[in-house]
Amino acid sequence: MEHTPKDPSQVLGWGVDADPKNDPTYPMKHRTDGEHAGYSWGRPPRQPPTVEVLHSIERSDLTSAFGTSTPPSGASGALRRFAFQYSESSYGHWLPLMLADRVGVAEGVLNDLKNGRVPNVLAERGWKAEWKHDRTGLVRRILVRGILFSAAVAYFRGKSTDSR
Amino acid sequence: MLAMNYRGPHRVRIDHKPVPEILHPQDAIVRVTRSCICGSDLHLYNGSVPDTRVGMTFGHEFTGVVEQVGPGVEKLKVGDHVLVPFNIACGTCVFCQQGLYGNCHESNPQATAVGGIYGYSHTAGGYDGGQAEYVRVPYADVSPAVIPEGMDPDDAVLLTDVVPTAFQAAEMGGIQTGDTVVVFGAGPVGIMAARCAWLFGAGRVIVIDCVDYRLDFARTYAPCEAYDFRSLEDPVVFIKGTTESLGADVCIDAVGAEAAGSALQTVLGRKLLVQGGSATALHWAINSVKKGGIVSIVGVYGPVGTHVPIGNVVNKGITLRANQASVKRLLPRLIEHVQNGILDPKALITHRIPLEDVSDAYRIFSAKLDDCIKPVLMPPSARS
Repeated sequence: MEHTPKDPSQVLGWGVDADPKNDPTYPMKHRTDGEHAGYSWGRPPRQPPTVEVLHSIERSDLTSAFGTSTPPSGASGALRRFAFQYSESSYGHWLPLMLADRVGVAEGVLNDLKNGRVPNVLAERGWKAEWKHDRTGLVRRILVRGILFSAAVAYFRGKSTDSR
Repeated sequence: MLAMNYRGPHRVRIDHKPVPEILHPQDAIVRVTRSCICGSDLHLYNGSVPDTRVGMTFGHEFTGVVEQVGPGVEKLKVGDHVLVPFNIACGTCVFCQQGLYGNCHESNPQATAVGGIYGYSHTAGGYDGGQAEYVRVPYADVSPAVIPEGMDPDDAVLLTDVVPTAFQAAEMGGIQTGDTVVVFGAGPVGIMAARCAWLFGAGRVIVIDCVDYRLDFARTYAPCEAYDFRSLEDPVVFIKGTTESLGADVCIDAVGAEAAGSALQTVLGRKLLVQGGSATALHWAINSVKKGGIVSIVGVYGPVGTHVPIGNVVNKGITLRANQASVKRLLPRLIEHVQNGILDPKALITHRIPLEDVSDAYRIFSAKLDDCIKPVLMPPSARS
């Protein structure tokens, strides 16, 4: 409580944007009732598609501008094309996209290797920064994961010995 | 050019990529001078936003110098130093015409639920972002604004997202004079939202989080009360107890999908990714606000269903208000506030990190190392 100004009006700028009418309706929307006149507008010129761009089935075509980063490719691309057969309201859209993202990670590693580059996962994860600023936490995390991994290996080795 | 390159959850690196080209008559190519890492970039970094593709460059908070313009660009000129709002807006569709620049219908073919955003997955349009030396800026005459003479570029870069998002969070709260406002989250947006709540006449501002150094910062910067929810048995009971059992007038969710504080939400939303994030802050906001109160949501969630007490929204008569900030709409007022000294955004910046060290920058911000509040990436040309 000690940091609460006793008199809020002493806070620099207090009340300069107060708006008693903002309570609550659609203040963020400049109401033009344009919808009632129909949903059409002079569309900006269309960006020519130079790469494959997927679009939501909830709209009829591409937007006038769009990003061209990382077009779909490989197995992850096939999953993305499949996902875009479903609406944004469907898990059939989002779950395949999440799966495609994970497949894409594996494809990324393979592509790196194909290009003669072994990904430096520790550097990519920023462990240098963690070593500098939170060495104890990093060591603890490695130890905990090492112990859990060793325990799992020991458990499954034991199971496979029992089954023989 | 150098550009951040996403390689998978928790893995990013700096790579060489081709300099972007003009692809649309209304495009500009901008040489980046500042680029922040946003709390919402961490949703991408953690792999929780669908259609985040390996190879993409993130970054939706940046400033830069215009290097090239398309034949349809009339206002911006080569050499202009601009701040570029995170929303990509055409300025002509029915939504842009209504001031809803965060909901443009002509910038994102992949999803109708969100407009285009720089470097924010293909779910937000598939644009490469500003954590690079150069970036393509579509509809260049619509949203980008020339940085006013004398304005610190560190202030300008925070006007692209943090300040407008925080200001709109307070604005959507419909704060009335004397209201008690609770902000969940002491990240850059939460701290700034607490600061902005005063501008709307709040009588009391409370911030809830679990990171001590950020709570300390909020107490002096906002200035406000700030509490660690780990020291409160139940933050909802605490808020009720301190508001005569009624609840706050306005609650703001400035956390979104990465919230801590509930094992169930963490498992469902952050580990298994079967819902659009861990909605603990939103859950607390709904339950902490008074009957007939307002919950303002600026925290980012994924597009799938998320576990929140919607029955309480009905039974308490709560108004939920949410949107991506309409940066273009808010910029004139916010530039005024910065120029008049009412808002001091650059004070949030704790780390200026070379773009080449982007992997470490993400780690520092995501793991909250070295008392980091807001990191800014500096491309080589901006450091010379």
